[in-house]
Amino acid sequence: MADKPTFYDVFRQRGVSRRDFLGFCALTATYLGLGPNGAASVAHAMQTKPRIPVVWLHGLECTCCSESFLRSGHPLVSDIVMSMISLDYDDTIMAAAGDQAEEILHDIIRDYRGAFILAVEGNVPLANDGMACIVGGRPFKKKFEETARHAKAIISWGTCATSGCVQAAKPNPTRATPIHKLVDRVPVINVPGCPPIAEVMTGVISYILTYDRLPELDNRLRPKLFYSQRVHDKCYRRAHFDAGQFVENWDDEGAKQGWCLYKMGCRGPTTYNACATIGWNENTSSPIRSGHGCIGCSEDGFWDRGPFYERLPDMQQWGIESNADKVAAAGAAGLGTAVAVQLGATAIKRVMKRGDKPDASATQEEKETQA
Amino acid sequence: MTQTKTPNGFTLDDSGRRIALDPVTRIEGHMRVEVNIDGSNVIRNAVSVGTMWRGLEPIMKGRDPRDAWAFVQRICGVCTGVHALASIRAVENALAIQIPTNANTIRNIMHLALYVHDHLVHFYHLHALDWVDVVSALSASPKATSELQQSISPWPHSSPGYFKDVQDRVRKLVGSGQLGPFRNGYWGHATYKLPPAANLMAVAHYIEALNFQREIVKIQAVFGGKNPHPMWLVGGVPSAINMHATGSSGASINVERMNLVASVAAQSLAFIEQVYIPDLLAIASFYPEWFKHGGGLASQNLLSYGEFPTRANDDSNASLMLPRGAIVNGDLKTLHEVDLRDPAHVQEFVPHSWYRYPDDKAGLHPWDGLTEVDFRLGAKTRQTPDKIEAFDESAKYSYIKAPRWKGHAMETGPLARMVIAYAGGNARVKELVDGALGKLGLPLTALFSTLGRTAARGLEAQWAAEQLVEQVAYLQATIKGGNESTANTEKWSPTTWPATAKGVGFCEAPRGALGHWLHIKNQKIENYQCVVPTTWNASPRDAQGNIGAYEAALLGVPLADPKKPLEILRVIHSFDPCLACATHVIGPDGGELTVARVL
Repeated sequence: MADKPTFYDVFRQRGVSRRDFLGFCALTATYLGLGPNGAASVAHAMQTKPRIPVVWLHGLECTCCSESFLRSGHPLVSDIVMSMISLDYDDTIMAAAGDQAEEILHDIIRDYRGAFILAVEGNVPLANDGMACIVGGRPFKKKFEETARHAKAIISWGTCATSGCVQAAKPNPTRATPIHKLVDRVPVINVPGCPPIAEVMTGVISYILTYDRLPELDNRLRPKLFYSQRVHDKCYRRAHFDAGQFVENWDDEGAKQGWCLYKMGCRGPTTYNACATIGWNENTSSPIRSGHGCIGCSEDGFWDRGPFYERLPDMQQWGIESNADKVAAAGAAGLGTAVAVQLGATAIKRVMKRGDKPDASATQEEKETQA
Repeated sequence: MTQTKTPNGFTLDDSGRRIALDPVTRIEGHMRVEVNIDGSNVIRNAVSVGTMWRGLEPIMKGRDPRDAWAFVQRICGVCTGVHALASIRAVENALAIQIPTNANTIRNIMHLALYVHDHLVHFYHLHALDWVDVVSALSASPKATSELQQSISPWPHSSPGYFKDVQDRVRKLVGSGQLGPFRNGYWGHATYKLPPAANLMAVAHYIEALNFQREIVKIQAVFGGKNPHPMWLVGGVPSAINMHATGSSGASINVERMNLVASVAAQSLAFIEQVYIPDLLAIASFYPEWFKHGGGLASQNLLSYGEFPTRANDDSNASLMLPRGAIVNGDLKTLHEVDLRDPAHVQEFVPHSWYRYPDDKAGLHPWDGLTEVDFRLGAKTRQTPDKIEAFDESAKYSYIKAPRWKGHAMETGPLARMVIAYAGGNARVKELVDGALGKLGLPLTALFSTLGRTAARGLEAQWAAEQLVEQVAYLQATIKGGNESTANTEKWSPTTWPATAKGVGFCEAPRGALGHWLHIKNQKIENYQCVVPTTWNASPRDAQGNIGAYEAALLGVPLADPKKPLEILRVIHSFDPCLACATHVIGPDGGELTVARVL
């Protein structure tokens, strides 16, 4: 692999100036939150490393993760695919098909045993001997198992792969099973969201390439750099929450003013994601900015925590001091429990400023999740 | 069987050699194609197998109907939003909710942006490599490529230096031995016909389109917050308009947002007009034989539910920009009425699908739909201990049901929409179609083919980009007229709903006719059924033995090298398959279903 061109070689070959190259490295470093020496580290990595092979498998999913990946503005996906990684197998975009496609997978496993990254979009259905997803005349679970055991690391793209997403909503008829529950001895990075934000996806890849290691993960295997704060913590409408200014009905005066969507069911206060900071489609917008509450699509089991327009249990006066790890340290396992624990921890401090009382259904949800 | 004639007029012969293509790549989801070829390597029998199911319909039971759009939107992340749109329309239909004019316009804008995006990405990233030889681009002269580019389009990226840069980039990729997504393609296949300069031009635009497509969907991000999977709302749209007053800059729609949308719409139209359409016509001109192969059902039966209401809450053909209707037996003079509420119109059959009905020969209207899984392989299935070598199409062989309109197998999609609009007298569509066919020197009937389908999609992308620009202007004009309303909340509270209600919502997705049927009982979803475009097109056989659009289109297609069945990809990709959509279904009992152990 020594004679393989590095990223920098490829950039230069494309006529990218050194100045532009370093600018790209600085932007990447800023996005990854790498501090003052980050740009130099990115530049060094890009100039010295060959392209790592990536195999991208699709189980039960809707392909929104691939589509999101294509939306990345920095780096551009064309640069990633042509210059940063070697995306040798991905049934959604690869030129090869049928036998020629399966031959690639075979060769990658043979030539790069323990040295390729496996990206998985979607989950593995275990019901009916796995025959809810048949690829190449065999259940997908076999293809997944044969590939996963030889990977250097696995990236689970999207909520389908990290917790089953919509297929796993009750009653989970296909027994859609998240990737990390099927894998032993190979490190797994969970990148949840339906889909994940494009620049979060490409940021995870850039991080691995730059530092030659996996990003630090929380107890749910999520990269802390993107998933350690709630949408609510950095929401641009947060000031209206604190001021008690809420949208009370669609298209009302509060909606026209861009007030807080908490009363319309917004899940921002219980959702760990970067929507409020990195934003969507090159920070063009985010669900809350469009006027609709967050539905919590990066949280485990969010589909069964509806109805989406019913407000969350009362949660005034939360700070940004807590994160998923601290909540988890208190013994929480699920999102709803996180809500309950947070409420318990802050009960004394809580001030019922606006006389809002948790409604009956919210209390019920709280009880259920504590059980 | 050796040779049989299907009721819809096709001859099937399974006596020749059997070939399987699995996975079919550059599609959404998982599918398999098997064909039998004769001594001259011509396809004489075709079998389309949907090989995945996800189980969304029973998951809907008991949910809040206002949440349904978010669930069903996850049927597909490629044609993102189409299921959400069909869903909110179905709920609004069931509850007789009227939406404001601006909500209708914003939905049109979001949906038109999807058409432009989806068709563009399909052409360059899912379909182009069937026609474009990437390796051949390396031997092109950048100067000749520049001349070719400048002769067909005013697109500014056309200098020899630009094409040399692209070529160097591809050369480096190939030279590295790490070809990434281009690895192991059918490069050098005898049926690649483009000269090197055209290949290089197309490869350059593959990369440009990959970079540009992310701009188009920013329109969806403005109104829906994100793409893929934007946010929707029963009764309107979530994005409130505040064009004049205090707080405007914090509102979802203000003058800056409208400028962004208008700017992206204009750029999108320019890209379609100056890159997509010239490339489409240039590539098509080198493949005249593909205006003959792969017609299948297209010259017989076409179906469209109609799309883009110009007036809110009016889905009559007088309001729809693209009309609803069915063409049967190739009679373009008669546009049949399509009624989604009539139990005799749309029915689904399962004798060759892995589902069970009380009477397997009968069809069911979606309001009475059943989806109980019955995974069984036929007696003639060929399998090794490791894998299935050949499915048995005389038995059940697909997770896709067989929908029929008044008993007819139908083709749906851009070709159907363009032909139905053309037949219905849509002046702009007629102009676009006649213009393109005129440049290629082809008659209208040439549309009923593989490249006809691909060309119809491109022309529809141009039509959609034009309408997108116009709809943005219409939204501006309505707001200027003093109307800023975006949601009707009279029936937002479930307490205002009747005890029971049923509704149907439809949408023309980029891939074709999409319908959602639901029952609401005590404020919750009682039953939910979707019949989607790829279910129509990739349909297996029905009780009478009628074959569906994919299977019909493959018949008669010659393969140059059966080991490298590039021609199968050309035909199947011309439909733009979406298998996650086609096979979202599952049994209503929700339990795990016992099946014969096959491995």
